[in-house]
Amino acid sequence: MIKPMTAAQVAKRVMNQEELFILDVRNESEYKDWKIEGNSIHVINKPYFDLLDGVEEIVEELPNEDVLVVCAKEGSSKMVADMLDEAGIKEVSYLEGGMKAWSEYLEPVKVGDLSDGGELYQFVRLGKGCLSYLVESQGEAMIIDSNRMIQPYLDFAEDKSLTIKHVADTHLHADHISGGRKIAEETDASYWLPPKDATEVEFDYNGLEDGTEIEVGNTKIKVQAIYSPGHTIGSTSFIIDDQYLLTGDILFVESIGRPDLAGKAEDWVGDLRNTLYSRYKELSNDLLVLPAHFSKMSEMADSGVVAKKLGDLYKDNSGLNVDDEQEFRKMVTENLPPQPNSYEEIRQVNMGKINPEDEKQREMEIGPNRCAVN
Amino acid sequence: MKANETLDAKGLACPMPIVKTKKAITGLEAGNVLEILATDQGSKADIQAWAENAGHQYLGTVEEGEVLKHYLRKGKDDEDQEEKKHDQTISNEELQNKLSEDVTVLDVREPAEYAFGHIPGAINIPLGELDERLSELNQDQEVYVVCRTGSRSDLASQKLAKQGHNAYNVIPGMKEWSGETKQEQ
Repeated sequence: MIKPMTAAQVAKRVMNQEELFILDVRNESEYKDWKIEGNSIHVINKPYFDLLDGVEEIVEELPNEDVLVVCAKEGSSKMVADMLDEAGIKEVSYLEGGMKAWSEYLEPVKVGDLSDGGELYQFVRLGKGCLSYLVESQGEAMIIDSNRMIQPYLDFAEDKSLTIKHVADTHLHADHISGGRKIAEETDASYWLPPKDATEVEFDYNGLEDGTEIEVGNTKIKVQAIYSPGHTIGSTSFIIDDQYLLTGDILFVESIGRPDLAGKAEDWVGDLRNTLYSRYKELSNDLLVLPAHFSKMSEMADSGVVAKKLGDLYKDNSGLNVDDEQEFRKMVTENLPPQPNSYEEIRQVNMGKINPEDEKQREMEIGPNRCAVN
Repeated sequence: MKANETLDAKGLACPMPIVKTKKAITGLEAGNVLEILATDQGSKADIQAWAENAGHQYLGTVEEGEVLKHYLRKGKDDEDQEEKKHDQTISNEELQNKLSEDVTVLDVREPAEYAFGHIPGAINIPLGELDERLSELNQDQEVYVVCRTGSRSDLASQKLAKQGHNAYNVIPGMKEWSGETKQEQ
């Protein structure tokens, strides 16, 4: 008997580094575009349509038990899982909802405590490498860089009896659809966005300016906004409780942001350099950097959190160690990875200019985030 | 668009469009064209990849609202290797250079293949219809006969030569055509 495995169960295996063997039966180009990854994950690709006549050929490459079959939506993985089961492999499962469900799954991981007893959580979207944050203090919460799927945040807040007071995006995202505005509407929270990224948006928002302070909870946990352009012209970072630095898409654990997704690489490369090589340098080395993305599992600590101290990044992150300005310019404008799928349309959605139906939004987001210079 | 058979896979989710396609193409004669109607958006990339592995020729997809119409031509095992018998040939490059003049290019592939990309100005008469449609061609002019690999055009050139046409087989043909093409849908 084959069994379904949920995206949450797969996420647990990835984060706890438990072994999992995956047979991905999507076509080769989709597999090359993105797949389930992790230190304990072994994955091979064989399109379902090459297995219609039988699975004998692939069975030799699989373990005798505990195999997860994965496809785009679910149907093909069920078919292949049944065939493997008949071929004698034990404990065959299929990914419930397929890669679509994987792309949407969020796993909340605690980053640490705040000085007044509050907590900071990182919501890890393993399937897309997106990281979002929830600050909670004294029954109040603020959400930063939320994903399109807002229910996990709302459920989390409800479980912990939190009132969502503020929602913010560090910048206008190009790789995923922001759920910020929707959460704000559902919860009557204020929605914050940097005005320089919002010149074309078609909705009301509160302007995030350099030095803006937002308070969460009665004991006044400070969320300080720092103008840090480069990935976009409005990109803003947050310092939370003098301990944590949320860098958005400017600085990642093993790489730095790319300046080209709004078509202005040449104009913004100077801002990017200034932010990384001057503005952030003035900050405390002890701040724990929490980015909005990761692209490799090596960026994730054993705790499941993607984070690193600013001082360590100045030592280890090669993007912060390019002394020559011309060389830096070259690195961030030439040989960039391909742009995120549908990135122009995603920007349009985030500006409120277009509002495609859910299924279309889901498809626009499929694939990796590709927001970093590699 | 003209096809020898149509498979309705509308409303079916993956893997069914491909499972049905595989079945339908089995009953088709080599060289014939199958039209597949599907609503599963993923079917486009999958049919393309499957056809390549299975040795069929993916011609293209036309989108009509929610419906995707895929076109496949059933493959022959040795089409590329078939021996060419017609002596008078011309290379793709040589034909390319002649296109500025008033020349007759005869494309003997199936209408669906032709529709997804042909040499601008080429006349389409599929090999199977050539005998009854010979009168459409001008006897006095040279005819450059093209197909995908130079195989069908070889047979067509032989037929034309027997009827007194001055026919040239274009080698290798559309498979490696690097010049301009036109689509018709």
